[in-house]
Amino acid sequence: MSLFGKLIRRDLSLMAARPGEWLMPLAFFLLVALLLPFAIGPEPGLLARLAPGILWVGALLASLIPVSTLFAIDSADGTLDQLLVRGVAAETLAAARLIALWLGFGLPLLLAAPVASLMLGYPFGALRHLLPGLLAGALGLSALAIVAGSVTLGARGGAGLVALLVIPLAIPLLLFGSSPAEPGALGLAVATALLLAAVAPFAAGAALRASRG
Amino acid sequence: MAAPDLHALANPLRFQRFATVLTPWLLLPGLGLLGIGLWRGLFLAPPDYLQGDMVRIMYVHVPAAWFALGGYLGMAIAALSALVWKHPLAALSVRAIAPVGAMFAAICLITGSIWGKPSWGTWWVWDGRLTSMLVLFLLYLGVIALIHLHEDRARGLKMAGFLAIVGTINLPIIKFSVEWWNTLHQPASIRVSGSSIHPEMLAPLMLSALGFLLLFAALVLIRMRTLIAEQRLDMRALRRAARAG
Repeated sequence: MSLFGKLIRRDLSLMAARPGEWLMPLAFFLLVALLLPFAIGPEPGLLARLAPGILWVGALLASLIPVSTLFAIDSADGTLDQLLVRGVAAETLAAARLIALWLGFGLPLLLAAPVASLMLGYPFGALRHLLPGLLAGALGLSALAIVAGSVTLGARGGAGLVALLVIPLAIPLLLFGSSPAEPGALGLAVATALLLAAVAPFAAGAALRASRG
Repeated sequence: MAAPDLHALANPLRFQRFATVLTPWLLLPGLGLLGIGLWRGLFLAPPDYLQGDMVRIMYVHVPAAWFALGGYLGMAIAALSALVWKHPLAALSVRAIAPVGAMFAAICLITGSIWGKPSWGTWWVWDGRLTSMLVLFLLYLGVIALIHLHEDRARGLKMAGFLAIVGTINLPIIKFSVEWWNTLHQPASIRVSGSSIHPEMLAPLMLSALGFLLLFAALVLIRMRTLIAEQRLDMRALRRAARAG
């Protein structure tokens, strides 16, 4: 197996060993879908109309949760230094983390989205437009997460800083993804996510190298 | 005087001397042009046939918007050259530009809001251009926060630089996406090919824009000098501590 594959497998098995890492964003996503009906009222028509937006905002907020531990654990126990000293390119490391996060965050999200849409009374048939966008969106959100995770490595900001960095950059994904009925929106969401995923490993790799000072 | 060699300016001390000379030459004409531009715009230019006197806020709003955007581009270019050539002054100028640009974006948002109330009947609409300027403002805040929340200053500057560069790639997409999403704002009236604004309104706008530009440059230079001085003070304190210890 190639180094890249091994790195992804390592990240995934670590995620399996620490279930909190992927369960927490999932729970958060469902909690957003549970909270909004209380805030805006239980009227079924209104909820169904707002559902795509609620699911997307939930996914965006949930993607902020893993950011603070993405590279911090590996950096604290020295794994990051070990890998970089061995000559593994920081970009490879970042790209592997991106793929692992997409699998570990995006796939569970895809399973949770039908449950959340059930709670909001969103028609099941419409999900087939929403879910592909959400899966692509999870790739874009994961890309932003690895950038945010690497540039805040060693910073004293916490969740507020991460939100401030990610949310403005995630707006195009949110706009394209949450209007699944618009023609062309899905394609634009996928294109944006792919562009972010192409750029993010380089930005994150450079930041990882800079973080070792 | 011969044109200063740009490589010679890479030396912070030489840059410091150069900037000290240059600052008043930017600041005073900047304030002067801004004063003349605003005077002509606010009192002498004709009122708009549709918006009346309300249009006068344009002389502040439009230049602020231009240089908030231009400042972000400049900041990203500085970040890129800091990354490629490891130039210490380029990294410092990221830190010098960010708050000035954020302030220009804030001026643009506030004046736009004041303009929007009488002409659109509301302080804020989720219009494409308004929203993308708000996002630009947030990107500036993100860069500033990232600089200050790193214990190690040099590292904070580097990290903020990466963020600024990623932001530049995303900025056109943000602009395109929100305009595709919703647009009420009038399209640009001034293009390279010519302008649809009456010359009596265009002249004060250009004067005020030039004033804003010089002011922007002067503020950035003043901040650069402050930052270099701060760095030197830190170094001196370190040397003293080393001698004492």
